Amino acid sequence: MSDTARTVAGKAFTVADTQPGRRVSPRGSAFDYAFQALCFAAATALLASLGGVLVSLAIGGWPVLSKFGFGFLTGKTWDPVRDIYGAAGPIVDTIITSAIALLLSLPVAGGVAFFLTELCPSFLKRPIGTAVELLAGIPSIVYGMWGLFVFAPFFAAKVETPLMSAAPPGSMWETLFSGIPNGSGILSASIILAIMILPFMAATLRELLNTVPAQVRESAYGLGATTAEVVLKVTLPYVRRGAIGAVMLGLGRALGETMAVTFIIGNSHDFPKGLFDSGATIASTIANEFNEASGLQASALIALGLVLFVLTFFVLALARLLLRNPEA
Amino acid sequence: MTTVASTAGAPEKYVAPVNPKTVKLAVEDLDFYYGKTHALKSVSIPFEAKAVTALIGPSGCGKSTLLRALNRMYALYPGQRATGRVMLDGEDVLRTNNLSMLRARVGMVFQKPTPFPMSIFDNVAFGVRLYEALSRSQMHDRVEESLRRAALWDEVKDKLHASGLGLSGGQQQRLCVARCIAVKPEILLLDEPTSALDPISSAKLEETVLQLKTDYTIVIVTHNLGQAARVSKYTGFMYLGELVEFGETERMFTNPVTKRASDYITGRFG
Amino acid sequence: MATRASPVVIARRQIGNAVFVGFCVLVTAVALIALALILWSLVRQGASGLNLNIFTLDTPAAGSVGGLRNAIVGSIMMCALAMVIAVAVGVLAGTWLSEYAGTSRYGSVIRFLNDVLLSAPSILIGLFVYQLLVRPFHGFSGFAGGVALAIIAVPVITRTTEDVLKLQPISLREAGVALGSPFWHVVRTILWRAGASGMITGALLAFARISGETAPLLFTALNNQFFSWNMTKPTASLPVVIFNDALTPYPDLNKLAWAAALLTAGAVLAVTILARIFSKEPRRS
Repeated sequence: MSDTARTVAGKAFTVADTQPGRRVSPRGSAFDYAFQALCFAAATALLASLGGVLVSLAIGGWPVLSKFGFGFLTGKTWDPVRDIYGAAGPIVDTIITSAIALLLSLPVAGGVAFFLTELCPSFLKRPIGTAVELLAGIPSIVYGMWGLFVFAPFFAAKVETPLMSAAPPGSMWETLFSGIPNGSGILSASIILAIMILPFMAATLRELLNTVPAQVRESAYGLGATTAEVVLKVTLPYVRRGAIGAVMLGLGRALGETMAVTFIIGNSHDFPKGLFDSGATIASTIANEFNEASGLQASALIALGLVLFVLTFFVLALARLLLRNPEA
Repeated sequence: MTTVASTAGAPEKYVAPVNPKTVKLAVEDLDFYYGKTHALKSVSIPFEAKAVTALIGPSGCGKSTLLRALNRMYALYPGQRATGRVMLDGEDVLRTNNLSMLRARVGMVFQKPTPFPMSIFDNVAFGVRLYEALSRSQMHDRVEESLRRAALWDEVKDKLHASGLGLSGGQQQRLCVARCIAVKPEILLLDEPTSALDPISSAKLEETVLQLKTDYTIVIVTHNLGQAARVSKYTGFMYLGELVEFGETERMFTNPVTKRASDYITGRFG
Repeated sequence: MATRASPVVIARRQIGNAVFVGFCVLVTAVALIALALILWSLVRQGASGLNLNIFTLDTPAAGSVGGLRNAIVGSIMMCALAMVIAVAVGVLAGTWLSEYAGTSRYGSVIRFLNDVLLSAPSILIGLFVYQLLVRPFHGFSGFAGGVALAIIAVPVITRTTEDVLKLQPISLREAGVALGSPFWHVVRTILWRAGASGMITGALLAFARISGETAPLLFTALNNQFFSWNMTKPTASLPVVIFNDALTPYPDLNKLAWAAALLTAGAVLAVTILARIFSKEPRRS
């Protein structure tokens, strides 16, 4: 065998063969540093874009911020005609809608996640799980459209009007349910927002629950715990940090969401008094007014953007820190 | 492990002399550090040209570390360094700047078969394309002869353009051997090449090694004493970072000089 | 000696469990039904607006017959531009994080910021690109829109590239280097090829994400009533058309908006499903 291997095409094979044709160093060895530098530049571009966002928002918002100072954050008036701008309204609306959305969607997302990991029969797991993940990818403007054309009329007729007429006059309920029953408003926007972040939260929570090692769950069941007890007392605490991180991530998304909210929040800058009142979040304000704005108003909108940036940055940073080590 | 009590007259270390004219690669006073850990302690060992030298010893003794120092594989990792000399044809490997050419002369086959994600043909041609500009037919000849020497040609000649990942473990390992010898190295370093293979594939690979030794200087690290005995002309026994004994395989396995080597070979430990 | 639980305690636990299980099943059903309703509305409203005109005519003013041709083409152009930029930057950045960053502080900072950028509000990206590419050049452009979308897509691709490359065994790199190959050559011909299917999946998912984004386009590409290949001018896109037309009081424009929404959501779903199929494809042997 070695004889046939040694002669190919009649030539004897020796190590010194073709040595003269050999290069001194392999092709492309000079490019190593250049490639590494290129990759480094690309990575730094990420840093630069985020930094660029911050810087550009600060620069653009500076005229308004220097004019109103801290009062910008607390001012309740938003008047483009008189050039008086206060961000309190949009800030409060943003926080309220996100908080309500989270409150509504978290139990449902949790329920879906628990269902998929503990209760679902295996033949259904794949289709339902896939459905949830696919739904997380639906563009938010679709939710906005649905909210405006389908949900709002329904909500106005079946929920807002009855509640408003049923609320006893002069009570806290009356204030809570005050507003115009046209289907849009703070509560409507919160509900649409909740539905929008639901698939994403459910998928994230489910992934998190799946990281719990099988032995941990099995030993809990082995001790005779019921499903509820295993989930609430063993698996959930196991991923407590990660779960909080997932919630923060959902909050971050809700705070910055534009399209699901803009269609249905009513776009009014008055400070909201009731759930059915119209409002305006930071994102919806910017989306609605920026293209027609100029001068100080444009600057005010950019300053709003800066506030949103700082807010979401902290929430997202916290979320990522928690998600990196999901075990408590 | 109880403390080693030397029998009267048996040395702690023993390195049999080798005719320097036949030595291809000579390690002299090699020390190796992983960060602060002193992994190789003043190792000196000769590797005879066109012969197989086996490195044996229990886990963690430093045999793979020694092997990886020979082609400066450790240069990939900051914090790993070597002092001493490794002389290849009069040039100190540890000080050479042209690492690529060093690795063209000193090839390595790893423990786990690592076929590249490309066709069998491209796998073997990969190294060649780095250094030489061959015509289509020349490249085909080179690939064929490398696969023949690795005892793989008959099994893959009809599917040269199939992915290398589709081969069995033993075939993948022989593909790695073919890939190595395609660049016409002078030395082959084999790091436990059969430990991930089944017995039949292992036997085939050992057969290949025996045939390759006529053209290459081979250093093989192995956990398998039988393999060392079957394949090698010289054996070095290492323990805790030191070269404890070195000599001709036949003599070492029948009549080891040091007590530690004797204990290891007879299975008292390791 | 084992303690025996009282029947009261056992019953309480079992009722609690039943409530919990019931809750989970109920909310899952509710959630699935709600989402199904939304999809149903989308299909029903959108399909009624679909006809051949959609692909042959451009966006109309109220009262006239029209289609979505310019919006479809504009969206495709801007997403394509965005993907070219995002893949180039994202793959290189992900490669840096995996191969060259090691455990360095700067590496962890970049990784962290990448994750933040991943979920950052897209409207702020739009504002940033406005300041960068619209204000200085005194005009909206499809080019600016593409850049804004690219900034949104890059973190996705960076993440998937890094994850995929990190999965490759170290011995693969060492085998390439042991043959004398320069490291960048190992990355290009071995590592990228080995991770190709994962990287393509990441790119598809990034594409699905940006094709549905509206907010970043509002201040960068604006909109264009007419058909145009010129990306240095305002460019139409499906999401912006939806935004504009949905808010008008004209029913025919609303209908067009639904059709556009159906097309957009359909495209996003199709690409996402493609990505999943691709990622599950077994290695070709």
